[in-house]
Amino acid sequence: MSLLEVRGLNTYYGESHILREIDISINSGEMVCIIGRNGVGKTTLLKSIIGLLNPRSGELNFNGETLIRKPPHQRAQEGIAYVPQGREIIPYLSVEENLLLGMEALPGGLTRKKRIDPGIFELFPILKTFLNRNGGDLSGGQQQQLAIARALLGRPKLLLLDEPTEGIQPNIVQDIESAVKHIIKETGIGVLLVEQHLHFVRQANRYYAMQRGGIVASGQTSELSKSVIDEFLSV
Amino acid sequence: MQLILESLFNGAAIGSVLLIAALGLAIVFGLMGVINLAHGELMMIGAYSTYVTQLVFRLPALKFFYSTYVIVALAIAFVVSAVVGILLEKTIIRRLYGSPLETLLATWGVSLILQQFVRSVPLAYASGLIVTLLIGLLSSFFLPENILKYKHKKFVKLITWIISIFSGLLIANCLSSTISKLGRASARNVDVTAPSWMRGGVEFIGITFPITRIVIIVITIISIIGVTYFLNKSVWGMRIRAVTQNRSMSDCLGISTEKVDVLTFGIGSGLAGIAGVAVSLLGSVGPNVGSNYIVGCFMVVVLGGVGNLLGTIIASFAIGIMTDLIGAGRLLTVWPDMPDSLSTIIDFFATTSMARVLIFALIVIFLQFRPTGLFPQKGRMVEG
Repeated sequence: MSLLEVRGLNTYYGESHILREIDISINSGEMVCIIGRNGVGKTTLLKSIIGLLNPRSGELNFNGETLIRKPPHQRAQEGIAYVPQGREIIPYLSVEENLLLGMEALPGGLTRKKRIDPGIFELFPILKTFLNRNGGDLSGGQQQQLAIARALLGRPKLLLLDEPTEGIQPNIVQDIESAVKHIIKETGIGVLLVEQHLHFVRQANRYYAMQRGGIVASGQTSELSKSVIDEFLSV
Repeated sequence: MQLILESLFNGAAIGSVLLIAALGLAIVFGLMGVINLAHGELMMIGAYSTYVTQLVFRLPALKFFYSTYVIVALAIAFVVSAVVGILLEKTIIRRLYGSPLETLLATWGVSLILQQFVRSVPLAYASGLIVTLLIGLLSSFFLPENILKYKHKKFVKLITWIISIFSGLLIANCLSSTISKLGRASARNVDVTAPSWMRGGVEFIGITFPITRIVIIVITIISIIGVTYFLNKSVWGMRIRAVTQNRSMSDCLGISTEKVDVLTFGIGSGLAGIAGVAVSLLGSVGPNVGSNYIVGCFMVVVLGGVGNLLGTIIASFAIGIMTDLIGAGRLLTVWPDMPDSLSTIIDFFATTSMARVLIFALIVIFLQFRPTGLFPQKGRMVEG
């Protein structure tokens, strides 16, 4: 049984039909990438999975339970972590507080006793030096690392990453890529990635290609042909 | 020198009441963007709670502790106003998130209902109602988890509500039979008399400082320290700050925004209750006592810059001191030989209501030049 199973999902923004009959599945320990040009509904799909948008019809099964009609915080507590496009760091909270908030998704929520797992600073050493700074004062790349670290502290079973390399300098892209790969190997979680960066896309096991709100192609990333890349990745 | 000091002190006392009330308003407004016009009535409820507490402490059984009733009243007023505030959030405001105009109208309606409520319902029964709500709402926190997971969950809930209704009725009957003043509905203003240790004043470099005012200032300082500590150090405080700054992401992280809303509204309303205690110590308590303060509170919040604690503090003291300087005609005593034309103008404004007119006019002019208040939020995060 797969970790996340999406079947026949339809999501609307008001009256405009954004997602059309989406079917995807992700297994534990697997990285799945969603590719497609701008505006085809990739972010909408992630928002529907985490619960920021309510699909009009379709099924969302996670770990054997349905997610439909559950608010985002319940989905987070069940083990889905979300790293949105634009990072969404809480700006006037310190880096440490932002990390602590990531632990809200743990069973029992955040309590005074819980400490930040030091392993996270091995993955992202830069965060340790900025613990007392406001989250909003970090650079884009640092915020991205903070957002991923925050998501991981909740020990999720599924990580949703929305364009983690967008607008970030190349050396940090490398860091983020290797961190994500390391996490999958260590913890065996599933990762659903939305990405435009070809190098990162190639790290995934499988891909789904989207066009006008529907899935139009899928397969192993090792078999990604030049024509598919030209068609679905805006270069 | 003495006059200036006295004026500063009186201003600080007026400002203190405004500050506690505005602090609650700022928390609610800052978090949810809810303009709660019933905030003044939550103050009024706090003031009436003080009155009821005082009468209860006059009973022979509690007479010995009479001098401490103000401290007990603070706790009671906080809880009572918080419960009413939470009920308001759960029944009305929650359904109107994202539509400010409707919230404005609805909370104004609630404020009228609450005013009429204290006029036409005997205070004893009002207290009984509060007790019922308190037990009914809190029971779900105190019952052991496994009872609530039991399949007859609704049945258990029904029983707790029946128990709470009975205890409410019991309290109401006890109060109305032992204290006759609480058994009748009355639209007249009531007076809270300060215990003997709060009467009189402290003499210091030739000025008498009334003890009631000192107590009010102390209460304010403690409330501010308490709120700041809670918001900055506790886990729930951190959740509140996170939801204030980014509601949807906080939700995605696993914070129950619903619980945060209830808690925040409770704290904001509870602070209004504490302000109500202070108000009851300054003058008589009536159904309209809250509406006298609500405009001032909004002025403080807007002048200080929305969501800014320091701004709120400075703005309320500034308004308090100006009210005292202008309203009590103190400018004339400070500067006796001012030109005639100026002194007539100052004389004209030297009543409490005219002082308010002048101060609000000044604030409006100030906001023309600094529309975001004294301390606007700065930095690149503001636009986002």
